[in-house]
Amino acid sequence: MAKVRILVAKPGLDGHDRGAKVVARALRDAGFEVIYTGIRLTPEQIAESALQEDVNVVALSLLSGAHNTLFPKVVELLKAKGMTDVMVIGGGVIPESDIPGLKAAGIEAVFTPGTATTEIVKYINEHVK
Amino acid sequence: MDIAEGVLGGSRLALSKAITAIENEHEDAVEIMRKIYPHTGNAYVIGITGPPGAGKSTLTDKLAKEYRKRNKTVGIVAIDPTSPYSGGAILGDRIRMLDLIADEGIFVRSMATRGNLGGLSQKTGDAVKLMDAYGMDIIIVETVGVGQSEVDIIKTADTTMVVVVPGLGDDIQAIKAGILEIGDLFTINKADREGVEKLNIEIEMMLELNQEDVAWRPPINRTIASKDEGIEAVVDSIAEHRKYLEETGELEKVRQSRIKSEVIAMVNDHISRHIDEKIVATDGFAQTILKLQNRETDPYSVVDNIVNNVLK
Repeated sequence: MAKVRILVAKPGLDGHDRGAKVVARALRDAGFEVIYTGIRLTPEQIAESALQEDVNVVALSLLSGAHNTLFPKVVELLKAKGMTDVMVIGGGVIPESDIPGLKAAGIEAVFTPGTATTEIVKYINEHVK
Repeated sequence: MDIAEGVLGGSRLALSKAITAIENEHEDAVEIMRKIYPHTGNAYVIGITGPPGAGKSTLTDKLAKEYRKRNKTVGIVAIDPTSPYSGGAILGDRIRMLDLIADEGIFVRSMATRGNLGGLSQKTGDAVKLMDAYGMDIIIVETVGVGQSEVDIIKTADTTMVVVVPGLGDDIQAIKAGILEIGDLFTINKADREGVEKLNIEIEMMLELNQEDVAWRPPINRTIASKDEGIEAVVDSIAEHRKYLEETGELEKVRQSRIKSEVIAMVNDHISRHIDEKIVATDGFAQTILKLQNRETDPYSVVDNIVNNVLK
């Protein structure tokens, strides 16, 4: 009875969690196990939580503009902890022009405002290891 | 990485991977459990149960911190319900324990019930064993807190704590549900709310009606977990219960009975699966059902037949 486990977290100081909660619920409704860790986490807290929970996916939400710093930091820390098969995805207020840079840094997909939650579910189902 | 070796050697990554292996029934799961089993039996297991909203996760967070002050390492298994509709789950206990992440002496794993009606399962027990073999001094299992799971927790824990809060509508409800009967200690959380005295008296009354466990009188503590109040007394009460169990030899008895229940449950589970796969899933079985519906045969003969075949 293998299940896909997903960590939903908001790094940094952004407190706008409505989007993250909506995504968390949609992921649960799609049959995933969602570890929802809320707001104001450090990249280290996110990576360590991902390790302890042995998640398949880390889903980061950020609306404050710090994504270029914080998202790659999470990817880096996951690798350092030996979590090499984790899919890292992101969402929030992220300009299109930042997306290639994020992908180069290891964030596999970015889902910006207006994305249907079904699209996120589909992506995870198709690409999770 | 040899996962079992890693667990015994204190690797957090190995412990995490091992729990995943048993939860998802990987091929190497049984082998891992075989290797680590001889190294279990050292950790002290505390079960925390109670109705939703009682503050179990917050309390667990504070208890873990107090244990760390007393130089103990702590493993936590936090259980939340799987949705019967989607098969998914929101595991939201970790959010109350974020301070613990930086502490290397603490490991928190969230687990979903995954359709196990009792709320706990063999897999919870296996996760506890892994944390035990890893070297945790204390393991806290925090459960869903509805229905059957309260009774299940006593099969996993050395000390069972029931957490209640005042003013949850009808306080007598809790007594009716029977959950109060399994507590080795009681914690009234959110003790700054109205109705604390009343609840305390009701629990005391219930305990007096229960004549069986006269040797150990469950203490009732009050906490305001969110304000870190009353935590030390709870940890002290757990220690007293442990001392009682150890001095009277009860601990050995309790653990033996637990091992027995577990083996029986595992055997039953295996047989159950065998029946599901080899009998229920067959076309022959579907036809048998039709025959039964047409009264061409009866359930008793059918069962006799199946059982005789299985036991051969």
